[in-house]
Amino acid sequence: MRHKAFHLVAGTLSVLWLLPIALVLLTSIRTFDDIAGNGLGALPHSFSLGAFDEAWNAGGQAQAMLNSLLVTVPTVLLSLALAAASAFALSRFHIPGRRAIILLMLAGNLLPPQILLVPVSKLCELLGIYDTLPALVVVQVGFGLGFYTFVLQGFMRAIPGEIQQAATIDGAGVVTIFWRIILPMTRPALAALAALCFTWVFNDLLWAITVLRTGTVMPVTPALLGLQGQYVSTWNVVAAGSVIAAIPTVAVFLRFQRHFISGLAIGAVK
Amino acid sequence: MAILTASRTTAPPRPVARRRPRRRVPPVLLAFLLVPLAVEGFWVFWPALQGFWLSLTNWDGVSAPAFVGLGNFGELAGDPIFRGAALNTLIWLVLFGGLSAVGGLGLALLLQQERRGVGFYRAALFTPVVFSLVATSLIWQALYQPDGLLNQILPVSWRHAWLADPDTALYAVLVPALWRQVGYVMVLYLAGLKGIDPTLFEAAKIDGAGRWQQFRFVTWPQLRSVNSVVLSVIIIDSLRSFDVVWAMTKGGPYHSSELLSTYMYATAFQSLRLGYASALAVVIFVLAFGVIVAYLVRAFREDDQ
Repeated sequence: MRHKAFHLVAGTLSVLWLLPIALVLLTSIRTFDDIAGNGLGALPHSFSLGAFDEAWNAGGQAQAMLNSLLVTVPTVLLSLALAAASAFALSRFHIPGRRAIILLMLAGNLLPPQILLVPVSKLCELLGIYDTLPALVVVQVGFGLGFYTFVLQGFMRAIPGEIQQAATIDGAGVVTIFWRIILPMTRPALAALAALCFTWVFNDLLWAITVLRTGTVMPVTPALLGLQGQYVSTWNVVAAGSVIAAIPTVAVFLRFQRHFISGLAIGAVK
Repeated sequence: MAILTASRTTAPPRPVARRRPRRRVPPVLLAFLLVPLAVEGFWVFWPALQGFWLSLTNWDGVSAPAFVGLGNFGELAGDPIFRGAALNTLIWLVLFGGLSAVGGLGLALLLQQERRGVGFYRAALFTPVVFSLVATSLIWQALYQPDGLLNQILPVSWRHAWLADPDTALYAVLVPALWRQVGYVMVLYLAGLKGIDPTLFEAAKIDGAGRWQQFRFVTWPQLRSVNSVVLSVIIIDSLRSFDVVWAMTKGGPYHSSELLSTYMYATAFQSLRLGYASALAVVIFVLAFGVIVAYLVRAFREDDQ
């Protein structure tokens, strides 16, 4: 009986949680006439993938998706490369003031972004990169670095010192130790952070609308708002656009589920 | 989504390098450290300092900024939109933060035991976390439409234009934000619960503790560090909340769902009052400051272990 009660409660909650997702999927495959005729909350009376075609082509999501990948992939790679380098220096060597440096870097990431918005957009204008994708990449890299460095240095510190000493005795230089020994041993943490970073950057709205203005350079997330404005109350297209925008992060989540959850969770266990 | 700290996946951290005296730091290593530091300095610390300075000016983005002292802050004190946004941010903090913490803990307690179907339930509750808040907003906007699902299943007298009514807009925006945040907090608590030594529960049971007593005297004290992480996360996330409001109402109607973050953005990039907007940003910073320091102190202590 206890068993049944558990499944009843958990099952009901799960259905409630999935209901909005099911609804958006159902809306995306309906035709406009069906929605207009039977109402948005009605069950589908039609089936068509036309809304996806509309959102992808006429709605500009194809371009937006490309923009998103052009921002997200370099941001993830650059963030992790830079963070791994600084984490390596801070965790494996005696750097004077290392703890102060780590905390300073982490503090930068904890700042409310609002304090940076105006100066960052003006800085981008000054450098002539305002309204270009590289601006979004550098801003996101700069803002995320502190957090990634903090996580990675904690992880790297846990690697036993003997391995590094043995390598040093064998004549390995700093770069070799980093590349051949420490980095491979940090792979699980790098995977977790890559999954998190991808999701955060891909889902970002605030930085994008701070350093970008033109519709055609917008990544998928801010472009969704444009799509909504373009297709006011054409809910099947808006729903299809939302589905398309969610696919990459859902894919990353499903593929790297374990890393993703552990990335979110390891902090909580400390 | 916010910041978390990690490091405990393999072995407990152990300072390594300190035990042998170091010669000078090799130049390559210096580059390893200084390049990332310079990037963060240039794109975060330098702009942050400018932000504080700009809050003392009346800059409009075109003409040169003129120093006005604390004038912007004086104007804020008498600005009814600011007061409304501050109150809404407080409501947001209490409801969004409080309910996601309570809900997340409740769900984690419900789903902590490994048994049949539990993986599916966890996945179902976690799924919204991977969506962007903009996509989340659009999904819920469809639900809220006059002919949307919500109004279909509610009794006729309850039907309502949820987002268009100043009395309900803030709460209508809050629900989707919660829908997404609860699964995230649940994962944090699930990890925390997993870390509790099961022998503690056995000992409590032998001593005759009931379910509530087990929670009160074993689970809750053992979750102390998770609780402090969750507290920091929900406060920082509440103050950062922007996307969901911007995507659903842009702070309207009549500023009824305005948060400090959305008011700041609109002031900066729509009204182009960059100095005044910077003062708003400073207020947000001051509100977040306590949490940031507490978070750093904790990170500092753990880094020491």
